[in-house]
Amino acid sequence: MLYIKCPHCGMRPQIEFSYGGDASVKRPELNKEISDKEWDDFVYNRKSLRGKHLELWQHISGCRQWIKVERDTATHEIFKTFKADEEVV
Amino acid sequence: MSQDFRLESVGLVNRDKKLSFKFNGKKYFGYEGDTLASALLANGVHLVGRSFKYHRPRGFFGAGVDEPYAIVQLYRNNETEPNIKATEQELFEGLEAKSVNCWPSVNFDIGAINNFLKIFLPAGFYYKTFMWPKSFWYRIYEPFIRKAAGLGVASTKHDKERYEHKYEYCDLLIAGSGPSGLSSAYAAAKNGAKVILAEDKPRFGGSLLTDDVNIGNQSGKDWAEGIVAELKTMPNVVVKNRSQIFGYYDHNMLVMSEKVSDHLPKTKKYHPNKRLWYIRAKEVLISSGSIERPIVFGNNDTPGVMLSSAAKEYLKVYGVLVGKNPLIFTNNDSGYETAIEFQKHGVQPTVLDSRKNPESEIIDEAKSLGINIKNSYVVVAAQGYKKVKSADVASISDDKKQLGKIENIKCDCICVSGFWTPSIHLASQSGNKTKFKEEIDAFVPGISKQQETTLGAANGVFSLEETLQTSFAKGGELSKKITDNDNKVSIPNVVEKKSSKHDKFWCVPLPAGKNYKRFLDFQNDVAVSDIEIALREGYRSIEHVKRYTTLGMATDQGKTSNLNGLQLVSEIENKVVPAVGHTTFRPPYTPISIGAIVGREVGKHSKPTRKSPMHAWHEKNNAVFVDAGVWLRPRYYKRGNENLFEGSKREAKNVRTNVGVCDVTTLGKIDIKGPDAAELLNRVYTNAWLKLPVGKARYGVMLREDGIVMDDGTTTRISENHYHMTTTTAQAANVLSHLEYYLQLVWPELNVNVVSATEQWAGAAIAGPKSRVVLQKLFPNLDVSNEGLPFMGYMEGDLFGVKARIFRISFSGELAYEVNVESDYGNFMWEKIMEVGEEYEIQPYGTEALSTLRIEMGHVAGSELDGRTIPYDNSLEGLVSKKKDFIGKRSLQRSAFTAKDRQKIVGVVPLDKKTSIPEGSHLVKDDKAPLPNPKLGHISASCWSVEYDNPFSLAILKDGKNMIGEKLFAMSPLKNKVIPVEIVSSHYVDPKGERVRS
Repeated sequence: MLYIKCPHCGMRPQIEFSYGGDASVKRPELNKEISDKEWDDFVYNRKSLRGKHLELWQHISGCRQWIKVERDTATHEIFKTFKADEEVV
Repeated sequence: MSQDFRLESVGLVNRDKKLSFKFNGKKYFGYEGDTLASALLANGVHLVGRSFKYHRPRGFFGAGVDEPYAIVQLYRNNETEPNIKATEQELFEGLEAKSVNCWPSVNFDIGAINNFLKIFLPAGFYYKTFMWPKSFWYRIYEPFIRKAAGLGVASTKHDKERYEHKYEYCDLLIAGSGPSGLSSAYAAAKNGAKVILAEDKPRFGGSLLTDDVNIGNQSGKDWAEGIVAELKTMPNVVVKNRSQIFGYYDHNMLVMSEKVSDHLPKTKKYHPNKRLWYIRAKEVLISSGSIERPIVFGNNDTPGVMLSSAAKEYLKVYGVLVGKNPLIFTNNDSGYETAIEFQKHGVQPTVLDSRKNPESEIIDEAKSLGINIKNSYVVVAAQGYKKVKSADVASISDDKKQLGKIENIKCDCICVSGFWTPSIHLASQSGNKTKFKEEIDAFVPGISKQQETTLGAANGVFSLEETLQTSFAKGGELSKKITDNDNKVSIPNVVEKKSSKHDKFWCVPLPAGKNYKRFLDFQNDVAVSDIEIALREGYRSIEHVKRYTTLGMATDQGKTSNLNGLQLVSEIENKVVPAVGHTTFRPPYTPISIGAIVGREVGKHSKPTRKSPMHAWHEKNNAVFVDAGVWLRPRYYKRGNENLFEGSKREAKNVRTNVGVCDVTTLGKIDIKGPDAAELLNRVYTNAWLKLPVGKARYGVMLREDGIVMDDGTTTRISENHYHMTTTTAQAANVLSHLEYYLQLVWPELNVNVVSATEQWAGAAIAGPKSRVVLQKLFPNLDVSNEGLPFMGYMEGDLFGVKARIFRISFSGELAYEVNVESDYGNFMWEKIMEVGEEYEIQPYGTEALSTLRIEMGHVAGSELDGRTIPYDNSLEGLVSKKKDFIGKRSLQRSAFTAKDRQKIVGVVPLDKKTSIPEGSHLVKDDKAPLPNPKLGHISASCWSVEYDNPFSLAILKDGKNMIGEKLFAMSPLKNKVIPVEIVSSHYVDPKGERVRS
């Protein structure tokens, strides 16, 4: 079971969180004309990365904040966590 | 019966407490502190089971967790548990155990015929033989294999024992209380670190209990006792015996199973049977020691052949002799230590050492005691069927290839030592890259992946002095990093006998003309010849060899067999052992009760139960409840002998004719506040929200980004910047997360706050033509006329002193209102509604009537919004704005979603107007078409229309828009029904929606 540092609450066990997928996906702006391909890439197409991955988690049984977690998908090592509005560096 | 093999006043068992127990129906005695194994051995019982494949007689091989043979069915307090290791089960008064895997009895086992057929049961036998004809598998082969194979039998009864889970955090978790574990725990504890020390056995001390060593001028055992006693007094230390750390998971989380009650005849009141600890440790010290490895020789599975360290443990801890004429077969000095213990207690052993001229302090001591030692000698084969009677022995050449003349010597047990295998399981589970250590012919931990250090014998260090030095140092160093204390602990003086190098010899060659089975894996009957076959047949990867031959599988997971298996593969393949590699170590280290893993989450505790504030009233009024997600909701209120069909029909009819009241507390409620609240709703819902006036409700549908309907519900504008959103019961949590996702990540510029208010409000839906008069009676001062409170209107009122929210919304399709009060007043509200409604013949209605009412109105719910439908499919396309953008809108342009013959909701009526259509039935054009009959749609929900008194169903049907009036068939292979039906509008009752506006 992973041990995740919520940037708001501190170290918390994985059972308090729910996984939210790839954090690098940007939702297209509202009312913007976009191609089918762009939309499909946003809705469906994801890379199954091995290694460092920036992903979303929600601290669902805690502060309910969505956070960004930089995690190695192969080793489960967590390098850094960020608040939703924090710049990922 | 007397304990013929028990020594006077030797060992640690409590002689003052004699315990009686039964094995295979026969009564025996042992002492408190015995294991079932030691007590049986004290009584001279060596035959305890039959082997898995050949049903050969099985005895005891080890004295602890590594035991491959002595697996029993245990009976305790009218319960039974399978596959208990007799070497781990502590004796208690009245214990009963039986052998497994034998029929009719362990002494006469019919399956033993396999032993004579073994030539036909080689590796991969099952794979090869039971492959064809294919049709034989289910009927003949599988039942036969199931009957013949297997170990114990699980109870079919409900387990009455209680199991607990516990979460714990510590600085240092130390696995094992041998010399290494105690030293590191002591040093860390002295630095003030929070320490958990776990020992799987009942007694602390590990090898110190049996080794003849001296620490700080005390015996090893006394030193261990002193350290444990001191650790137990320290507030920062938790010391646990009977506690097995069996899994090492991510981010330094380990799981430990504590046997709280297994050593007692009965679990004490308020005590669990077992406690599972989830421990998050900053640092983990693995001091799990090592397990002695066997040497492979002919018939080496005969009862009486056992590990030499086990023989020593039975003697020193339990005062039990495993034999009175022991033969010791060793390739290292450990065998001598066992021999010395035998000799000291008046039993003359013979030692066969595969080495030519070994020299060491230990050997010198053995010689000085006059022990008979034969160098360059090996056991070729054990003789005897149910018990060792003698051994064929021979000298062996220096290259270990040639055997000398075979002699037979009498003996009643053969104690084997093939050197030691470090227990690297936990380290390997943690992700440690193990490495092969040539000097000890075994793998040891290498580079750590997590915060883990392996010490002592588990790290391949067999010198006590070195173990203490490194363990004290490591415990001090790691704890200093955490606590910043540096209380130096002086390392005690150690006296131990120096040993000589072991012989890299592990398998005795077969003598010419003999075909003895030489077993590698004792639990699964895997012999040298089986591995040879597997390799001959082309299996190369050690993982494949394992699965083909079952080497290292089953409950002991090859604790005594893995390395010898690797040695054999490497020899045949002409590779070095590290090139062969070992199979993956996975948790659990040893079998763990399913009950312990499940914990208390069984039965009704497997999920939380949510009840509305009116639950007690429902109970009192004969509600029959149904699970709705985690909620319990009244399905119908039973009157007399009514069944569900009759009761729900009565309730629904009463809503259509008079007035009914339904508990709608379970609906999800989300409080939305902020200047941008309207903008948020406008983006989340498919319809327009910017112009909703204060005091009005609106129905909305929200989509996922892929265009699929996520949820529906009404949202009401309470005040300028304050909205009250309702969701379906099932989707409440998901919708909240969905809103939070967009507010926090996608549109953080929106100034809106959302919070769940589901539990703050109790809700009652009052529905039916007479609902207005009931409402007027509840709120005499309000104007609730059609003009004062029109459809989709909202007002606040005073319900006999309680603040209430009144929404004019309807799910039943009737004139209806929903009244919300704060949860604590829910029951008060409910009773008032029943009280004032009495004269209008009000009746409560449950979810079944609720479904009937919405189905015949064609209102969609979860069975239509099933994660596969878009707004069009549910005839909700009118709610999809063409002007504004919203979540999921772009997906609605997908070609499948805009297809001309896109599926759509329709109504379905059976032609005979009598036969109810099972939900899930498929709609087909031709009921006689060959299978698979092309499916045009499916029945999503069925009810008995109270309006027309005939069955009515909703369906999602291909090209539903153009199918009204068509005749089709509803087919349910599950219910074996074919029903001719007619397709009608989904709005079966009041299609113009006049009632809700009346």
